[in-house]
Amino acid sequence: MAEPDLLAGYDEETRPIIAGMIAAEQRALAARKAALEDCECREGMFPNPGRRRVLVAAGSAVAAAMLGGAGAAWAQAKAPAGAVLREVPADPTKEQGAPIAEDGGYGSRSQFETATRWRPNIPATTPFSSWTMSPLDQSYGVVTPSGLHFERHHNGIATIDPARHFLFIHGMVERPKKYSMADLKRFPSASRMHFIECAGNTLTEWKQPTLKTVQGTHGLLSTSEWTGVPFATLAREVGLQPGAAWVLAEGSDAAVMTRSIPLDKLLTDGLIAYGQNGEAIRPEQGYPLRLILPGWQGNMHIKWLRRLEVSDKPYMTREETSKYTDLMGNGKARQFTFVMDAKSVITFPSGEMKLPGPGFYEVTGLAWSGHGRVARVEVSTDAGKSWSLAALQEPVQPICTTRFRFPWFWDGQPAVLQSRCVDETGYIQPTLKELVAIRGLAGPFGSIYHFNAIQSWAVAADGSVSNVHA
Amino acid sequence: MCTLKGLLLAGLAAAAASFALPALAEGGDPDHYGFGTTPSPEELSRFFAIPPDGAGLPPGKGSHGEGEKVFAESCAACHGEKLEGIAKPQYLGDKLIGGRGTLASAAPVKTVESYWPYATTLFDYVKRAMPFNAPGSLTDDQVYSVVAYILGEANIIPKTETIDAHSLPQVRMPNRDGFFRDPRPELELYR
Repeated sequence: MAEPDLLAGYDEETRPIIAGMIAAEQRALAARKAALEDCECREGMFPNPGRRRVLVAAGSAVAAAMLGGAGAAWAQAKAPAGAVLREVPADPTKEQGAPIAEDGGYGSRSQFETATRWRPNIPATTPFSSWTMSPLDQSYGVVTPSGLHFERHHNGIATIDPARHFLFIHGMVERPKKYSMADLKRFPSASRMHFIECAGNTLTEWKQPTLKTVQGTHGLLSTSEWTGVPFATLAREVGLQPGAAWVLAEGSDAAVMTRSIPLDKLLTDGLIAYGQNGEAIRPEQGYPLRLILPGWQGNMHIKWLRRLEVSDKPYMTREETSKYTDLMGNGKARQFTFVMDAKSVITFPSGEMKLPGPGFYEVTGLAWSGHGRVARVEVSTDAGKSWSLAALQEPVQPICTTRFRFPWFWDGQPAVLQSRCVDETGYIQPTLKELVAIRGLAGPFGSIYHFNAIQSWAVAADGSVSNVHA
Repeated sequence: MCTLKGLLLAGLAAAAASFALPALAEGGDPDHYGFGTTPSPEELSRFFAIPPDGAGLPPGKGSHGEGEKVFAESCAACHGEKLEGIAKPQYLGDKLIGGRGTLASAAPVKTVESYWPYATTLFDYVKRAMPFNAPGSLTDDQVYSVVAYILGEANIIPKTETIDAHSLPQVRMPNRDGFFRDPRPELELYR
């Protein structure tokens, strides 16, 4: 269970949520630690439990015993999620490999790769209204594999037959329309790379360093290439009436999720998406149709989208009044806080990793802004006393995560690593102190959303990395 | 002779045609693609979203007494017999009443009573997504009733009041003026 002091000062609504996330992270870390028993890699930079299976294959008595004896080991062992377990030959050049296409035609990842999303412990959430965190610590580049994209669900994952799914556009329009999936795919399409970030990303970190890993602190962030029809194209088809200013988007999940969206946002870059990373959108991301609102808080990207109702005013739905609003210290709440401001985080080295010794390391991480492109990222190795420019991975795309890299020679002394993002508007990612001075800590479940302060990772003299406030 | 220039011109013509031809093929309207169909009124009538002015509220009505029965049957397992909220596996429901006067404190309690600005949102959400394990299963009269019950227990309306399409939009919620539009950019960050 969570150490009591980590929950001090939170209200009764927030406490179980944060406790559930702490417990889930502890469970994931315990599983990783158990998998690393008797593995020479446990002091390494990228602890990977999958390597245990190398030892199994090599005939390690200890590991084989753990799996119930060498002969039965493969029958009993369970493949990591998304993988198929195969016997590992001592020398892959001396045995034929696996036959081709026996997987049925849809691939799987290596059985040695174990990165997975995790969900907060129950009872912080139910299995139907919950979220999963993306393993940013094991990410490369900027794309999130579709199966590792973070999730937030309000009543489970809808199962929808695309042949029976339609998008209705109605309300203040000249020509109401009903589109089948086939209809939508006939329109000129657009593909764009965009991040989606939950408004609640990093919500545990306002008061004190709470979660240990970057998956816990920043894992409600993911990036995909989204393909679909620009809303503007469909707006012209239905004909907007004078006075139209808002659009209600509604999902066809069991929460029948709704949000009111300003029309100008939809006309600027709203995308009615059916594709994700080169294939159909995953069920948990809204199959077969999802609204993409680049740079705006994740819950507005309505999944399983079934209708858009054009109106002259917002509907004041539950999610935009009682839930995704920011209660400030004076008792008044910010409403319609749509854009996710500029933010960044170092993913390597990050919490619970361990540097094997002094020497060269490539510090790397992700930077993003809901306002446009990342203009620059600066890295500090002395807790923000001095900053140096990091290299940005090209192409730098608007409203998309940007991978940054910074060469660092660690001298073995304790250090505090930070990154800060500057976007193309000139906005500079704030320090925690600056952000708290504005939002306050008085509203424990009020000002928790839209946290975008600089993250600090402390590297101790023994190379261990931990989450700190600096 | 097949020239590069000739190929280029053919390609440009094809590119231009790709924008114009589909629309023309649909029936002569060059400005619209014309895909999709016109939904029937029946198809659209199953949708609802209730704004603060109550537009789209269905016929029917509900009382505190009826709502108490509906609540006990369909809501109390997750929200508690006294609307106090529950936090246990499979039965996780928000606290619905209480918390007035706490929003500016160090321990704000956000409930329908203390935080929700519009009563219409309560009707919309209960009809839309509740009960959690059987969404959309309540009749409109049952939804009106459970709204009357919650608002009555919250001392926002008298327990004798009937709630219907006419009376619901007139309910004044305690935190009606508790919200303001996002003030960002935060000027403090530009000093």
